[in-house]
Parts: sequence; C-alpha cells; structure tokens
Amino acid sequence: MHIEKGEFVGIIGHNGSGKSTLSKLLNAIIFPTQGDVMVSGLNTKDHENLWTIRQTAGMVFQNPDNQLVATIVEEDVAFGPENLGVPPQEIRERVDRALAVVEMQAYAHQKPHQLSGGQKQRIAIAGILAMEPECIIFDEPTAMLDPSGRREVMETIRRLNRDKDMTVIHITHFMEEIVAADRIIVLDKGKVVMEGEPRMIFRQVKRLKEIGLDVPQMTELAYELRSEGLKIDDDVLSIEEMVNALCQ
Amino acid sequence: MSVEIKNLSHTYSEGSPFEFKALKDVNITIEDGSFIGIIGHTGSGKSTLIQHLNGLLTPTSGSVLVDGKDIFDAKKAELIALRHHIGLVFQYPEHQLFEETVQKDVAFGPKNQGLSEEEIDQRVKQSIKMVGLDFDAIKDKSPFELSGGQMRRVAIAGVLAMEPSVLILDEPTAGLDPRGREEILAQIKSLHSQKKITVILVSHSMEDIGKMVEKILVMNEGEVVFFDTPNRVFTEISTLESIGLAVPEVTYLMRRLKEKYPEIREDIFTVEAAKKEILKVIRG
Ligand SMILES: Nc1ncnc2c1ncn2[C@@H]1O[C@H](COP(=O)(O)OP(=O)(O)OP(=O)(O)O)[C@@H](O)[C@H]1O
Ligand SMILES: Nc1ncnc2c1ncn2[C@@H]1O[C@H](COP(=O)(O)OP(=O)(O)O)[C@@H](O)[C@H]1O
Ligand SMILES: [Mg+2]
Ligand SMILES: [Mg+2]
Repeated sequence: MHIEKGEFVGIIGHNGSGKSTLSKLLNAIIFPTQGDVMVSGLNTKDHENLWTIRQTAGMVFQNPDNQLVATIVEEDVAFGPENLGVPPQEIRERVDRALAVVEMQAYAHQKPHQLSGGQKQRIAIAGILAMEPECIIFDEPTAMLDPSGRREVMETIRRLNRDKDMTVIHITHFMEEIVAADRIIVLDKGKVVMEGEPRMIFRQVKRLKEIGLDVPQMTELAYELRSEGLKIDDDVLSIEEMVNALCQ
Repeated sequence: MSVEIKNLSHTYSEGSPFEFKALKDVNITIEDGSFIGIIGHTGSGKSTLIQHLNGLLTPTSGSVLVDGKDIFDAKKAELIALRHHIGLVFQYPEHQLFEETVQKDVAFGPKNQGLSEEEIDQRVKQSIKMVGLDFDAIKDKSPFELSGGQMRRVAIAGVLAMEPSVLILDEPTAGLDPRGREEILAQIKSLHSQKKITVILVSHSMEDIGKMVEKILVMNEGEVVFFDTPNRVFTEISTLESIGLAVPEVTYLMRRLKEKYPEIREDIFTVEAAKKEILKVIRG
C-alpha cells in the first residue's frame, strides 16, 4: 500500500485484524518479517533511520497510559521535543500550543496519573503534536473519549490534516469518524480486503457486516429504508444528507 | 441486589495541593434487577463512583448500602464475600489481566470463590465463548500478546465467569469492533433478563445507552444532573450538550425531520426505531 503526503487515510478492521501491527510497522517499533516499509523514502529496517522515522511519523496509541511518562502533564508533553534536542524556549512554546490544541492548558501542572481516561488521551496527543511530525498515526485515539472530547479530537485531527498538510492515518472502530477521509483501507485477518473512497466503501453494507464491521448510522438507516422500498441513495453518509434525501 | 448511595462524597489527595473533589453528595438508589446507564464527560466522576460500589475506594463521607447493608461498616471478611457478588470490569482491561495464559486469567475469579475445578472449567469455557472468542484458539495465549480488543474481551470474560449479582462495566465496549460491541451488549442484556442481575453500564456511546438501559444517571463535575428514563433524559439536548454530552445520532435526525414532518416522534434512539417511525410518517 502507498500513502501520499497530506493524505487522510482511515483504517478499519475487526479486533486482531492487524491494525496496530501495521501502525507499529510504520513507526519502526517492529520490523517486517518480509517486505519493506518506507517512510519518506527511508527504509525502517536501516537502523540509522530509526529516530528520523519516529520523528517523522508520530504515533498516538490505543491506551494513553502506556505513553505518559513524566510526573507532571507539561513535562510529559515536553518529553518528545526534549529528546529531539529542541531549545528550551521553543519547547515552552510548543508545549503551550499543543496543550491549547487539546484544551488541557488548565491541567498543565497536574499529575497525569490523576487524570481520567479521556483527559490522558488528550495529553498523549499533545505530546506527539509537540514533536511537530509530518505524519501522525492515530491508533483509536477516541476510544475512551466522551462525545465532546471525541468531536474536539476529530476536529483537531482534521485541522492538522487540512491546515498543516499533515499526513493522517486514523485507525478507528467508529465509522462516523472517517466519512470525510480521503481513503479508507479495510483489513481482515491481516490482509487488505477493501480500499477506496468512504462513499464507495460504506455502500457495501453487507460485505462490511460479514467481516464484523459496520457502516455509519445514517448509511445503515438509508440501507434499511431502501430495503423497505423507499427511494433513497445507497451512499448517504451524514444527517445532512439524510435530511435532504427524506425532505425533497 | 439493590445498591443505595447516600450522601456520597469523594476527595482525592485530601489536604495536598492536588486535592480534588471528584464526587459531591451523590444520592441515588439502584433497584434490584435494574439496568442503569451512567454517562458524563471524561473526569465527571463515573469511574470514581463505581469504584465505591465494590469497596475499591472508600468514601470521604457518606455511605454505600448493598441490599441494605453498609459495605464500609462491614468487617473485612464480609467485604471480601461481598466483592464476589459485585463484578467490576475496569475501564482499562490490561490492568485487570495478569496471569500467564488467558485460561488462567479468566479462572482467577471463580478460583477465589472456591468453586470446584469442574465448575471453574465450565465457567471459563462458557464466558470466553460469551465474549465472542474461540476458546481452543486463545486459551493458552498470554493475555499480553493479544490485540487491544481481544484483551478487553478477556477481561470481561473474567468478570462474567464469577457470575456476579451486580455487574458493573466501565466503558466495556471501548476498543471493540462493531460486531464485538453488538455481541457483548447482547450477552449483557440477556444475562440481565435471564438471571435478573443488576447491571450498571458506563458508556460514552449514547447509542448503546439508549438501546440498553432503563434509567440513565447523568454526571457532571462530581454531581448528579439527571437520574431518569432515556425518554426523559434524551429530550434535554441543550443541557446534555452543555456538559459535553450528546444524544444518539438518530435522535438528532428526528429533530431535523420535524420541520417537514411535524408529527414525527423525537424519542427515538436506535436505527431500528428510526426506520419504523420514518416509514410510518412517510407512508401515513
Ligand atoms: N506481542 C504479540 N505477540 C504475539 N501475537 C500478537 C502480539 N501482538 C498482537 N498479536 C496478535 O496479532 C494479531 C493482530 O493484532 P493487532 O494488535 O495488530 O490487532 P488490531 O487490529 O489492532 O486489533 P484491535 O482492534 O483489537 O486493536 C492478533 O491476532 C493478536 O493476537
Ligand atoms: N487517583 C486520583 N487522584 C487525584 N485525582 C483523581 C484520581 N483519579 C481521578 N481523579 C480525578 O477525579 C475526577 C473524576 O475522575 P474519574 O472518576 O476517573 O472520571 P470519569 O470516569 O468520569 O472519566 C477527574 O477530574 C480526575 O482527574
Ligand atoms: Mg489495535
Ligand atoms: Mg472513567
């Protein structure tokens, strides 16, 4: 598979389908048993590329607990840039900016372990943002967030992609989160089984359900209404589109 | 089992600069055999609240009565016995897993309950199946070599194997794939209706809450905002949004459709119900 610079790619697949394995391969945390992974033209197998690759492709994991390292929130966010040798004054600015993006400034002096799950998740994202990578791989970053936290993080991700031209690889079990992706890749038992624009992927309701996945709620509702004989397009993705379809 | 929470307050790190009032005078009664959902923004105190129900956290003030008995007045032995009846699935499953193999991990709870080998074996098999995993394929694996979603399923199986009378699940479906989410919720629902156990489900999915529970407890900054039926709670859209929550997608849709179809119902929380209602108003 090939992912372009500035692309927003959604990855879905059942539990154990290989999503996290794939993301760790991209980030040079694990290495291919066979084949190669190239990040910005660098092979992850070459040891001297390791740090460049990890800085180029930042990663936000499924569980934030495993990536919070410091005893104070702002130190945690500063950890990445410190390791990259960023000058202290700039670290300060980056940390403030990153915390502002995830709306956690008020918690800058708290202890990470005292935060609730969703709050930790936002700090983990700030920690990666502070390294200013070109590409971020999000491995289910919203799994633990409340509705507004999820909206906020998704807006953050979209903004980073749109305004900063950051390449985004977004792994999720929430189909609604990737309706606006450039492309969706579907994994099943370690293999790519579908690939294409969201509208084209989600139209295949039956196929997705067969491999344990789902479609956005509005797509499902459209599918159900169609099967009852209502004339509705099979590629409805959002509430807006559904309202239009039902109110013409 | 019924659970009564009286004037419950909890302050973390009391007296230190990090003092934090996570629960403020919470009063609710959860009736025997009921199915309760808890929603609230991250940090609103949901996990803090439920950790009081099996004695993992001790109240700063107030009390928790299980079947009328104050669990923090109970002797240690009684508290331990009580914990066997109250199953808690933690928010982060990997904190709950620690044995070398999946089979041993799921057997841990029932073993502590002093059940016979045979009974333990049977429960382990049954509960691993209930969470949608293949027993033979997974029993000898290390829990730490599983994917996130697989770990979560194993953690849930471990609690189900204890056959608790009160089942508390802290965001159990986070990280599960769509089929897994559906299967596990269906299992919980059938446990609730068949064995009449009390279920408390913490979730950020308004869809799951709307589909599953009889009453919703809405928390905000350590306080109870609502404790009422989904019908009543999900009509409070502006209050819910102001505290970081939402209503199910289809509920938003129904509101939008009202402009064209004034007679359409708004107390719709599932795709299934939305389909019926839309067909009804369109076909007359
Ligand atoms: N450290 C490990 N050792 C051995 N097998 C592993 C290890 N980590 C993962 N696996 C296995 O590899 C497969 C893919 O796992 P992976 O974590 O990539 O899945 P995933 O798609 O991210 O799943 P989820 O949706 O649950 O996060 C699974 O079958 C899992 O059990
Ligand atoms: N061990 C702790 N020490 C101090 N504060 C804590 C601790 N655990 C949680 N908190 C704080 O208590 C509040 C409630 O947390 P929690 O019950 O985990 O929320 P929820 O489960 O609703 O997301 C949060 O503001 C959190 O930061
Ligand atoms: Mg994973
Ligand atoms: Mg919690």
